Amino acid sequence: MAAGHEKVETNSALMIVLILIVVSIGGLVEIVPLFFMPSVTKAVEGLKPYDALAVVGRDIYVREGCYVCHSQMIRPFRAETERYGHYSVAGEFVYDHPFQWGSKRTGPDLARVGGRYSDDWHRVHLINPRDVVPESVMPGYPWLAENSVEDWPVQANMKALRVAGVPYTDEEIEKAPEMLEGKTEMDALIHYLQGLGTAIKVTR
Amino acid sequence: MKAEWVANTFTSSFWSWWIIFFTVAGIFFCFWLIWWTGKGGAPKGETAETMGHVWDENLEELNNPLPRWWLNMFYITLAFGIIYLILYPGLGSWAGVLGWTDTKQYEEEMKAAEAKYGPIFAQYAQKDLKELAKDPEALKIGRRLFLNYCAICHGSDARGAPGFPNLTDNDWLYGGKPETIEKSILDGRQGTMPPMGAAVGGEEGAEQVAHYVRSLSGLKHDAAKAEAGKAKFAVCAGCHGPDGKGNQTIGAPNLTDKTWLYGSSVATIKKTIMQGRHGKMPAHRQFLGEDKVHLLAAYVYSLSHQSGAN
Repeated sequence: MAAGHEKVETNSALMIVLILIVVSIGGLVEIVPLFFMPSVTKAVEGLKPYDALAVVGRDIYVREGCYVCHSQMIRPFRAETERYGHYSVAGEFVYDHPFQWGSKRTGPDLARVGGRYSDDWHRVHLINPRDVVPESVMPGYPWLAENSVEDWPVQANMKALRVAGVPYTDEEIEKAPEMLEGKTEMDALIHYLQGLGTAIKVTR
Repeated sequence: MKAEWVANTFTSSFWSWWIIFFTVAGIFFCFWLIWWTGKGGAPKGETAETMGHVWDENLEELNNPLPRWWLNMFYITLAFGIIYLILYPGLGSWAGVLGWTDTKQYEEEMKAAEAKYGPIFAQYAQKDLKELAKDPEALKIGRRLFLNYCAICHGSDARGAPGFPNLTDNDWLYGGKPETIEKSILDGRQGTMPPMGAAVGGEEGAEQVAHYVRSLSGLKHDAAKAEAGKAKFAVCAGCHGPDGKGNQTIGAPNLTDKTWLYGSSVATIKKTIMQGRHGKMPAHRQFLGEDKVHLLAAYVYSLSHQSGAN
């Protein structure tokens, strides 16, 4: 070997180009083809885009960092499906920008929390989790019940989501603020949670 | 459990070949790279040429290839990769010799669990609830199910919380027969107390009715207000009965006992009258299935029948 690597090691421009080529191959093979895979890009049957109040609720979910402790991704293991319901599939997340899969579970997975508990339970639980679950380490979020969402820039959010591929109609965006009238952040967040994972009907 | 979708299918076979091309080319490239970095070096017994870098007076950088044992480890990883890509899915739409998919593995896991636990649940499903409530093995399973699925609202001790009924006191909104409990778990309950503010005459009327309701269960109350409230209670009697003893067929609570789901203070009762209440027990027939609910119902029934009597 006549010090062939010396050419690369002493020419940083050449090295940058070669590194970029090598690194990009991973993405070209593992990411690019996914855009041409219908099981990933098409919504599962029955999945609807989040309505205006759920869009706001989802923003609050992100703002409060719920994803830090809660995942939204049920893996195909019996231990998970017994507790949470049917495992998650890619087509359930096509309207999530960005998705809230999370990477850590201090609290339970929320991918199918919709309908599991009553609205009242969520209200009590979000204000002070220990009122219903004494063992809980989750912090309380009492301010959600006090803050109104009437001034939320929901139309701008929905327009941005439309650019990202969520099929909102002009009418839906037009009427979005009506849905927020008289609602608090608590209402919005609960509305969002109660819709999570309900597109796939879990039957035994 | 069933969800229909097609995995690993691209809009055109181009993408499958695209992945195969880059993967195979990458493997060949790695082989060449290891071979290339492994050749050369000085003949045995001679010192390799120096790269011209010297540190600490005599520490030189020599142009030696990587050690043979190290390079062989790279060759092993490449061989592993090739074997893996033949056995498992990875090369585009190639499904792999083993035919493995995550869905299949999951379904096999579920089938194995069904074969193991199915007969146990089936055997309990045949048994009468009252009988099960005395079976310590069945109750052990029921307790674990309860902690997993019910404790979030009713508490791990099943004593409930404001708005979420205590299941240990043998006081029931919809009736405490074991079959009724089972039905509550299977199909859920929707308790609705409408806002009655207008019907009882606003804040003042609500306060009077609250005092009357407190008098029914022997709590401290203002006699004059309670007397005025008694007349207004007529609109409540439709659900709670003229004597306030409630109605279990519609889940209207008995107002004459010591159990107060949301609290017994004048302020709380007033709030209940003014704003109404929506007590919701979610249905679990689909989520848990009847066999598990059967054991849960037995466990819940046993909580208020500890002695095994009744």
